[in-house]
Amino acid sequence: MGLVFKTETFRDDFTFSNSPASIRRFPFPFDRDAYAYSVNIEPHTKGAPGSVFEFPIDVDEHYVAEMHDRALVLKADPLRCQSLPHMITAEWDLVELLMTSMAEAYPEHFTLTRDGDAWHWINRPLGIDDRFTFGDTATLPLPPMEYITRQCQGDFSLLDQRDNNLWMDAGIVTTQADWSLDFDIGMNFMEWHGPVPLAHEAGVFDRALKFLLNLQLGRPVRRLNWTMTINPRLDTSPENYHKWGTDRTTVTTENVGDKVHLRVELQALWRLPRSNAIVFSIRCYLIKLSELVTSPKWARRLHRVLKSLPPELIDYKGLTRYHPQTVEWLSKFDDGAPTSPGIGPD
Amino acid sequence: MSGGAELRVKIAEIEPVATDVRRFRFVAADGGALPLFSGGAHVVVGMEAGDRRIRNAYSLMGSPFDESSYQVSVLKTRDSRGGSVFLHERVAVGDTLVISHPVNLFPVDRRARKHLFIAGGIGITPFLAMAEQLSEEGARFELHYAMRARDCGAYAEEAARLYGGRVHLYCSAEGRRLPVDALLANQPLGTHLYVCGPERMIEGVIGAARDAGWPEENLHAERFQAPPAGEPFRARLARSGISIDVGPHQSLLEALEAAGIDAPYLCRGGACGQCETAIVSCDGTLVHNDHYLTPEERAGAAKIMTCVSRLAGRELVLDL
Repeated sequence: MGLVFKTETFRDDFTFSNSPASIRRFPFPFDRDAYAYSVNIEPHTKGAPGSVFEFPIDVDEHYVAEMHDRALVLKADPLRCQSLPHMITAEWDLVELLMTSMAEAYPEHFTLTRDGDAWHWINRPLGIDDRFTFGDTATLPLPPMEYITRQCQGDFSLLDQRDNNLWMDAGIVTTQADWSLDFDIGMNFMEWHGPVPLAHEAGVFDRALKFLLNLQLGRPVRRLNWTMTINPRLDTSPENYHKWGTDRTTVTTENVGDKVHLRVELQALWRLPRSNAIVFSIRCYLIKLSELVTSPKWARRLHRVLKSLPPELIDYKGLTRYHPQTVEWLSKFDDGAPTSPGIGPD
Repeated sequence: MSGGAELRVKIAEIEPVATDVRRFRFVAADGGALPLFSGGAHVVVGMEAGDRRIRNAYSLMGSPFDESSYQVSVLKTRDSRGGSVFLHERVAVGDTLVISHPVNLFPVDRRARKHLFIAGGIGITPFLAMAEQLSEEGARFELHYAMRARDCGAYAEEAARLYGGRVHLYCSAEGRRLPVDALLANQPLGTHLYVCGPERMIEGVIGAARDAGWPEENLHAERFQAPPAGEPFRARLARSGISIDVGPHQSLLEALEAAGIDAPYLCRGGACGQCETAIVSCDGTLVHNDHYLTPEERAGAAKIMTCVSRLAGRELVLDL
């Protein structure tokens, strides 16, 4: 499939960019010209070849660079990866899910050989070749969740199910849009969704929780979520707000196209077999607006979505400081023509 | 979304294990591996009984780590609505069946310092898988198993052999009764209680635990039940404009399915909430047999769980 892993950065000199093929497969999240909250959950089934939905776990040209960035975040702040003791079975479930999925989808890069509990894992892009006993933590160089998620793009949280609720009792979160695992760990579904405006009133979270409590084995689901980020930073954590918060004041009419990025999360949820826990994966895709507007449809539609966004959401998503410049810049790409249905580019 | 992803299985073994109880072992029809599950999970078994499609939920009782087969136990009940009789009398080794993926509505709480299992009769089945799982993981548990007579106590000897001193048997025909109060009064902090058995037993044990001051979060019960019979009634579907008759031994959900409607369900036992359906109007009294709706929701008469609840009256109009 010819994946060529790029050397690039998500901090300091910000060399991150998308190749033309990567732009084409960007998961643009808007299927109409105005944005409205919805649960928008769909089955996480196989999508079109080449799309981010082709495989359950997507690996792309940014893989090696993202894993390098994750290692830097963890080195500076080990609390980005935490797991309460009762989640160890769920950690092993996650090892199985990620290894089997990656090895099946990308056999030229990852190989998993299983002989009962004796497993052999090869990760060629990162130069890893380990044999271990499944279920025996002492046979891995790191705890199981940290071991495998240092080798997989996207954040992961493991949700324990009890008392008719889901509890965020483990996770690795280094590419977040301004939330913190260290703050949320041990909270339940309603607690960690506490601050979202408008959605509670609409009953969105009650419906979503009920749906997820009945999530079934073999039937994963997904949804897209979005926000915007200044500069291609993966780590926009509250802990590091002092490093990225002021970026928002640096947007000018001249630099919008390079500085302002649409940040899309492909969120997927799987029921795990041994633990009955749920894994919630949050895979972040970044695209600068100058790349995004190479699709005329996306340019028109994003302009209309941002222009009509309710003030509460502009504020909640942290767009307030640069929203006017961004809408103004995008307006140059909106000729008023109708946009076609669906999220793909024309 | 109705039901779940389905698995085709072949019956590999049928074995009588106690009076009116048979153990069935299923293997994947294609010879492959079955999905792993967690202790306390059930599958819904579909049965083509003549012109009726019956679906019953049964707890998985083998090892959760065994991908080669699933085991369920079926008690032949006197007031069977067809499912248990079908499995006792009309299937044979080699037949294929369609079952759901495992769903767990009765999981262990992994934060527990100790797990206290109380089983009555056929309610033993989920605990066999839980005990196997916890035993493998090195967790602390005790199983207390009450039965009417030795020949009703499927798996008593098997459990005692596997888990030794952690298993306690109470046979009422021999005058031994489950010492509920003493058991509940002498547990370490952090113990979680799990009960499965006849409804009266569940109510008694959970009530006793509350009286003894146990926190609600530490109490767990599996309350599967077959849809109770009742008077026939008519259901009208407001959106699709269809009217259907619900027979005395048929559940509302089964009547919907018989009419070709892809109605939502998961546990078919009034526990999970998946089949919740909005009521437009009802001419009669709702008979709520579920364990899902709150007393306020029942009083509001705006929702019904189609898998076990019904109408005592003439016509129920649903938002379907």
